[in-house]
Amino acid sequence: MVKRMGKTLYQKVWENHIVKTLQDGRDQVFIGLHLVHEVTSPQAFGMLKEKGLRVKYPGRTFATVDHIIPTDDPVRPFQDAKAEEMVAALYENTQDHDIKFFDPASNKQGIIHVIGPELGLTQPGMTICCGDSHTSTHGAFGALAFGIGTSQVRDVLATQTLAIKRLKVRRIEIEGVLGDGVYAKDVILHVIRQLGVHGGVGFAYEFGGSAIDSMEMEARMTLCNMAIEGGARIGYVNPDQKTFEYLKGRAYAPDEKWEEAKAYWTGIQSDPDADYDDLVRFEAEVIKPTLTWGVNPAQAIEIGEALPVMESESAKDAAKYMHLGDVDSMLGVPVDVAFIGSCTNGRLSDLREVARVVQGHKVHERVRALIVPGSMKVALEAEAEGISKVLRNAGFEVRQPGCSMCLAMNPDKLVGDELCVSSSNRNFKGRQGSSSGRTVLMSPVMVAAAAVTGAIADPREAFGKGLRCSYGNE
Amino acid sequence: MAMSETKRVGRGVFIPGNNLDTDQITPARYLKCVTFDELSGTLFYDERFDSDGNEKEHPINDPRFNGAGVLLVGKNFGCGSSREHAPQAIKRCGFKAIVGESFAEIFQGNCTALGVLCVTASQPTIEKLAKGIEMAPSAEIEIDIETQRVSSLGAEYKCRIDSSVRDAFLRGAWDPLDTLLSAGAEIDATFKQLPYSGWV
Repeated sequence: MVKRMGKTLYQKVWENHIVKTLQDGRDQVFIGLHLVHEVTSPQAFGMLKEKGLRVKYPGRTFATVDHIIPTDDPVRPFQDAKAEEMVAALYENTQDHDIKFFDPASNKQGIIHVIGPELGLTQPGMTICCGDSHTSTHGAFGALAFGIGTSQVRDVLATQTLAIKRLKVRRIEIEGVLGDGVYAKDVILHVIRQLGVHGGVGFAYEFGGSAIDSMEMEARMTLCNMAIEGGARIGYVNPDQKTFEYLKGRAYAPDEKWEEAKAYWTGIQSDPDADYDDLVRFEAEVIKPTLTWGVNPAQAIEIGEALPVMESESAKDAAKYMHLGDVDSMLGVPVDVAFIGSCTNGRLSDLREVARVVQGHKVHERVRALIVPGSMKVALEAEAEGISKVLRNAGFEVRQPGCSMCLAMNPDKLVGDELCVSSSNRNFKGRQGSSSGRTVLMSPVMVAAAAVTGAIADPREAFGKGLRCSYGNE
Repeated sequence: MAMSETKRVGRGVFIPGNNLDTDQITPARYLKCVTFDELSGTLFYDERFDSDGNEKEHPINDPRFNGAGVLLVGKNFGCGSSREHAPQAIKRCGFKAIVGESFAEIFQGNCTALGVLCVTASQPTIEKLAKGIEMAPSAEIEIDIETQRVSSLGAEYKCRIDSSVRDAFLRGAWDPLDTLLSAGAEIDATFKQLPYSGWV
């Protein structure tokens, strides 16, 4: 008898969501959860209206406002008329189509990829879509979650399905224990540095191995969030006891059917003999605190490491854009702005860890330091736990939740060629609101180290030797 | 449904560089809109204009390439955001096809849904096409969808079109909505058999 190879989580979940295979070879796939925000949805609702169509599964569609919301004074009407128009359109569209909208009045507003998990909407074994590439975040729960364009938002609104091609699966295994000052953010920057910004095109990334097993859910979200920066539209982690514990009791998590749910979630884990299209292994010990030097997330180095020799045109161009002319390493590069937030690193554990390390430190006088919680829930809990107070006392501005300076569609922007150390996910040219603004991506703790020293610094030096990650690394 | 077609033809413009991301194609600060109607002016904005709004040297600003319909690009074009604003801006500037070394996945899917054809070709092929239009900017570039060949100035090269994209364009069915809608009852049946359909 021929032994059949086992299946990956990707294969199992994909197969149980296929409606049919289309003539062009793509699959029509059912989408279990559709998340909607103000930037990529109004045009899709417009297309629906044009065709006289209704939302097919309004109960599986949830909305919030995150990209354009001001973080100093989120009271409507917003001062920016265009931002006001976008949020007004979301109110109108969600009301018209009977879609639940977590607006600021609900106390549940926040970055869509932060509130999905918080509310228990995000669950293992689901297909999840949103008109936002960082939808890969939800893969931390063992969901197949990916970003889509606005025409596809229209498709999901109208049919709750998508025409889409099956991906290959690459398992990325990280074995061992992460070192001092090394967080999920350092891990994913290391992976992208090694595999490139387009190394993952055509693949879903399955993250596994003992270093991933020890990570808490919020650290896994950071990891999966940036899979797309490595070209992989999907990143995921097999669900385990930590996943179940995180979900238990959340507003939209199964309650009466909890045991049934757990059985399904356990059943979709990748089989031990699963057939992967590719396998890449990293030793946890070799990963050091990592940051970017250039204008894409693969242009990364370890803190203190010498900058590479700029050989290619694109590397030369990036070094010029970043003003790295006389610089040997990123250590000591002066900083103008420090930003902690975003769907990558704007969760309670991030804020808690920053508060833990900055006790007794002050933000450098040269630095404008912003902390933007990922959601109202994060903001409220940070306040209640006393985290926000510690951060404010250290000289950070703690603001209202939103995407904020990750992409500067709200009033939080860089000015001129300011350099921002940022816990966000993209260091593209002009990303943070100024066409000559410079972004250096790193973990929240490395951002904090730069904020208090006024220049890019090794967090292990700034906050003392033996800096252990208090989350995501037992 | 759109017309089936076997060829796309247009004059070309070459945008050098790899990893041209969606924020460079359409800077995020120009995305505050509830329709896509006014996006064409934002294409490559920060590459084309300085902070005072003066034109910089850029192929799109070069009058020799006015009216081009085919973009020639490098590797990993369109990486970054899933926002459809980037392909919408490209389409609204009159581009019908993009010939590149490779494309980011979400971007390519968005282009297809809008009827902008993404074609991959080798680096030497793109270099030759770029050199050709540099010498003769009015020369046309023809993409044969059926045979997967791209030709210009009398020379012909191999190119690659993703099989499902090729099929969709040949059948004029690049917008999948009607096909998806026609599966109405099967969609509901698929949902009902999902374990989580009964949990809420």
